Amino acid sequence: MWLIRAFEESVSELVGTGEVVGLVHVSIGQEASAVGVCDVLEARDRVYSGHRAHGHVLARGADPAAVMAELMGKAAGLCGGKGGSMHLVDVAHGVLEATGVVGGTIPLALGTALALRETEPGAVAVVFFGDGAVQTGYFHESLNIAALWKLPVLLVCENNGYAEFTPRSAHTPVERVTRHAETYGVDARTVDGNDVVAIREAASALVAPLRSGGGPALLECLTYRMRGHYEGDPAKYREASEVAEWKAKDPVRRFASGAVATGELSAEDAAACEAAARRAVAAAVSAARSAPFPAASALTEDVGG
Amino acid sequence: MEKTNVQAVHDTLLEEFRRDERVMILGEDVGKRGGVFRVTEGFSEEFGTDRVLDTPLAESSIVGVAIGLALAGMRPIAEMQFADFSTPAFDQIVQEAARIRYRSNGQWGVPMVVRMPWGGGVRGGFYHSQSLEAFYAHVPGLKVVAPSTPRDITGMLRSAIRDEDPVIFLEHKATYRGVKGEVPEGDWTIPLGTAEVKREGTDITVFAYGLMLHHCLRAAEALAADGISAAVVDVRSLRPLDAATIVREARKTGKCLVVYEDNRLFGAGAEIAALIAEEAFDDLDAPVMRIGGPEAPAMPFNKPQEDAFMPSPELIGDKMRALAAY
Repeated sequence: MWLIRAFEESVSELVGTGEVVGLVHVSIGQEASAVGVCDVLEARDRVYSGHRAHGHVLARGADPAAVMAELMGKAAGLCGGKGGSMHLVDVAHGVLEATGVVGGTIPLALGTALALRETEPGAVAVVFFGDGAVQTGYFHESLNIAALWKLPVLLVCENNGYAEFTPRSAHTPVERVTRHAETYGVDARTVDGNDVVAIREAASALVAPLRSGGGPALLECLTYRMRGHYEGDPAKYREASEVAEWKAKDPVRRFASGAVATGELSAEDAAACEAAARRAVAAAVSAARSAPFPAASALTEDVGG
Repeated sequence: MEKTNVQAVHDTLLEEFRRDERVMILGEDVGKRGGVFRVTEGFSEEFGTDRVLDTPLAESSIVGVAIGLALAGMRPIAEMQFADFSTPAFDQIVQEAARIRYRSNGQWGVPMVVRMPWGGGVRGGFYHSQSLEAFYAHVPGLKVVAPSTPRDITGMLRSAIRDEDPVIFLEHKATYRGVKGEVPEGDWTIPLGTAEVKREGTDITVFAYGLMLHHCLRAAEALAADGISAAVVDVRSLRPLDAATIVREARKTGKCLVVYEDNRLFGAGAEIAALIAEEAFDDLDAPVMRIGGPEAPAMPFNKPQEDAFMPSPELIGDKMRALAAY
């Protein structure tokens, strides 16, 4: 979580200085779901994400320097600088696809789960998406098919209450995403999305049956986006009191202070972890900064058809 | 052996299912029913429901699931019951499948075939008659083929299933049972991206694909009786477009006609005509001519208007005569 937080705070600063440009969506405040879920995954599992994917990719073990280089559009980036922030793919770490089309990767995770059931029994597919995606046809079509075919797929909704710039109440009368799961008979849980331990426990409980022939499952993490929809969004559509309320529930600080309070982590170790994360990110920024851009002549390489 | 186009689709799929156990098909009614055109008849019995999947009527998910299967090592074939129904899947085909190799910087491709029965002349009305090839042929990252003889279907469907990238495989419905031909034995293939001269000629050159290929061949036959020698080139692959063959054949006669049943404006024939104009200009003896569909948003059901929508062998023959006389 520290790594993701440090990484995205750095990204935010780099957007400010113009070193990272384009449409950048950070997940500051939402790190717990990426970490809590990915912590119960294994190397053989496959993950899909959406437009707010930095945390998911890093939680799967992607090299921060390669992610940072991608955000800077450098050749050393995960996707050679072609994708940028919204389209991170890291096959080596089982991140098969992230998309800028909201909800677009949900059916892909189903297909991968279907294949894994035959070729690598016990492996699971996971797809992260936000509450905005729940109103798409993809979500509903996929929930139906996943339930119908009993696929080993975990659908993770990071419910931050806003679809882009508009609150959930303007998008749907259904407050809890798990209500949809009930309709299809899908095992589902709603958890405090800022409590990484609770998320880990819930994810572990939901994933276990998927590994032994069950499925699908849905995990709804109630969380909050501390930044705007994209970097540069002043987010004036939110009350200051609402932001302050969620700031007090910061998942990173909450985990650290909790662990220190119970004695599971010393204050020194906690500080050391955070410092190590910041050093790793600083090194990633430095490496990405000095890396070359791809050649313009490579524009039409790796097209396929 | 001699077979129909639809038999060629069936037989090739069957062979590929037997050859490679990663090959799967998913779509509406493809299981026990065997598909609305019966191309997967008996498949679920032989290969089981794990490889022959009946899906809900949700095309975007059919293609989305197929992409996910391909990314996990399978060789999925997504069947759109009719090409007309592929529009809900347009997002998955264009935004995801076509771009994954590019976006992943070559880490990853989508070895998937999307089969689509297409085209008019079958009294299908608005939503069972459409030609959508130009939408897909517009997109780098996709391959789009429209073979229309049993031999070409066999060779290109094998290539499509074995390809590492997504292929839109168009099967003209009106040729399913109306076109028969010899299919050689053996496990040969026809490369995607290749056109073929189906009839040699010295006065004019006609370019077509799908049902229009057969209309053009018939028209050329009728013209021969009048002493006009028309070459007919089966474009059969729209992306990649076989520019070398098209330009070479255009230069031979210098008089070119492009025939397609899709809406004429912005259709695939416009690209072919532009290619000839750009690359063969010095050898042209007439303006490149085109016959295409009318400015109607979809094919009407009633017979007079459907007939008027579809370019007929007679209309094509008239245009060929005009071109020859130019």
